Amino acid sequence: MVKAIYPKGKIVAKTGNEVMAEAMRQISPDVVAAYPITPATEIVQIFSQFVADGKVPTEYVAVESEHSAMSATIGASVAGARAMTGTSSQGLALMWEMLYIAAGLRLPIVMAEVNRALSAPINIHGDQSDTMGARDAGWIQIYSENSQESYDNMIQAVKIAEKAKLPTMVTTDGFIISHCMEVVEVYPDEDVKAFVGEYKPERALLDYKKPFTLGAIELQDYYFEHRWQLAEGMRNAKQIVLDVAKEFKNKFGREYGFYEKYKMDDAEVAIVTIGSAAGTTKFVIDELREKGIKAGLIKIRVYRPFPADEIAKDLAKVKAFAVLDRADSCSGNFAPVYLDVVSALFANGINIKSENYVYGLGGREISTEHIAEVYTKLDKIAKNQVAPSKTVEYINVRIK
Amino acid sequence: MANLKELSKNAERLTGGHRLCAGCGAGTVARQTLLAAGDKPVVVVSATGCLEVSTTIFPYSAWKTPFFHSAFENSAATASGIEAAYVSLKKQGKLADDIRFVAFGGDGGTYDIGLQSLSGAMERGHRLLYVCYNNEAYMNTGIQRSSATPQGASATTSPVGKVKQGKEQHKKDLTAIMVAHNIPYAAQAVIGNWNDYVTKVQKALDTDGPAFINVMTPCRLGWGCKPEDSMEMVRLAVDTCIWPVYEVVNGVYKLTMKPRGGEKKPVIEFFKNQVRFKHLLKPENAELLASIQADVDAKWNKILALCGETK
Repeated sequence: MVKAIYPKGKIVAKTGNEVMAEAMRQISPDVVAAYPITPATEIVQIFSQFVADGKVPTEYVAVESEHSAMSATIGASVAGARAMTGTSSQGLALMWEMLYIAAGLRLPIVMAEVNRALSAPINIHGDQSDTMGARDAGWIQIYSENSQESYDNMIQAVKIAEKAKLPTMVTTDGFIISHCMEVVEVYPDEDVKAFVGEYKPERALLDYKKPFTLGAIELQDYYFEHRWQLAEGMRNAKQIVLDVAKEFKNKFGREYGFYEKYKMDDAEVAIVTIGSAAGTTKFVIDELREKGIKAGLIKIRVYRPFPADEIAKDLAKVKAFAVLDRADSCSGNFAPVYLDVVSALFANGINIKSENYVYGLGGREISTEHIAEVYTKLDKIAKNQVAPSKTVEYINVRIK
Repeated sequence: MANLKELSKNAERLTGGHRLCAGCGAGTVARQTLLAAGDKPVVVVSATGCLEVSTTIFPYSAWKTPFFHSAFENSAATASGIEAAYVSLKKQGKLADDIRFVAFGGDGGTYDIGLQSLSGAMERGHRLLYVCYNNEAYMNTGIQRSSATPQGASATTSPVGKVKQGKEQHKKDLTAIMVAHNIPYAAQAVIGNWNDYVTKVQKALDTDGPAFINVMTPCRLGWGCKPEDSMEMVRLAVDTCIWPVYEVVNGVYKLTMKPRGGEKKPVIEFFKNQVRFKHLLKPENAELLASIQADVDAKWNKILALCGETK
């Protein structure tokens, strides 16, 4: 359970959605444009109440679709405003076109995203198919294990986005975090405001005395350079993420990085995963450790930019590992996070036995037993008793 | 009423040298819109289309006023975000200036793919002027039919063939849809009458709320007419009552242009110098032509009644 760390902090009981809305209130963006969608609706609903009660100076644009939500947010950001939005699943899918444009225009938009399965079949529950599909859109992606992290991530996201000039989404697992009431430490408004600071855009469309054109057509002669700059911006964002995390720790006391390592120092078998399943995994690790299995975890927080070399270095010492993906790729090959991890290892000349599991689609439960089974098999793989699977494996699904 | 002498003193905010075709009305729409704004600061948003691609080929821009484009279907939503930022920053005392917002879109970007975005922006009441430069088809991608394409017109996705005679459906009445949003200002115009158009833009920009102008403008490639005839073409659309020119201020209709000479011309006068309609002149299409004439007559009578022009 979360304990108070910041001397001026306050311990409250809030759901993931409530605490994300609370962060947005404290950030007080100039414009929020959003559209309701389960399970993210509450975030903008609560925020609308803040607007209605005059607690924020924000203009709330209740748009008619997520495509317009992202379009209006982009417009507001280009105009020179600090602009935010929130969505989930089909909403993010409808924003697709505009996600790439927000990134290509280098707009520091922050989005509160609640991970939910994509249709079809329609399903409202948590998995990471939605944001995994947006992994190459040019957005920084920060995932949260619990409500505290989602709150802290939102606050940091504003600074990261504005320094990196890249849109940033902060995600939570649908229902598991978004609707689960947890103990969270919140910080005083003035301290959060001081941390995020005033937004000073490099240029603003509303500064009409210095007119400029944005969104011009670029052909064979310029397009490539600007896309390269975007990719380079994402590479450069790694240091910005670390700098903001350091600043955050110095101010509020909580430590963040690209990922969290749990009992990795002497781990022989490891799981790499993202989001709320990491909490369950930690519990399993503690049990397995008592049985003599040296299990460890890498919980990825920042998936874009992907901390490839860092993960490769930290996984180098294990004998076998598994990546647990809460999204499939339908590529006929492995799931997204596994592919990233394996390519990071390969590029660093590291060859470790590994497996890839897809779990929890559409909110399907993952239990401690499921995770323990993965570790048990990894232990056998590490001891050369069994060979790792050459294809993606599925947890808790009726295949036949 | 606009004054040409005064307009000529206004700064040009769309410079020459852009890549629009000779005879294209889109540039004229943009230029006259900005001239009508006088010395008011204007932020321009455009949907993807000829106007946008021809005026902003990086690293060049023809716009001497803030200009933004992001996608095809979202000109209105984008402008509403900009306007919301303006309202927010003004409310917070971070901005003092009085700025106007104009969103441009072609008929494809407005009647079809951008209709939802436009409807949302109008319903929410943002203070912005949306100008649809309507050349009655997707001209930028090569003359495909849109819901603004009139019945009988040949387009590359409603071509004339052995069994079909161009587009089979009637065009959508988008201006009526905008009027149904109960916005304070909506109008139809043609680019061939600068005075009528500029006056409408001035009224729209002075309106404290959403405004919409649907301005018919030729695409000489899509219509198959001579570039020097562009202005005359749309005047013929007015003379034949194919394109009624009127405004609706707070729900009250007013006819602002009448056929020259006071007499309505047959639709064939508009059709005969445009390649997209040439098949309608064939004897075997006489019945289709008659039914188009009947439809135009009925719609014109409806507009006359709305404008209180019925004797």
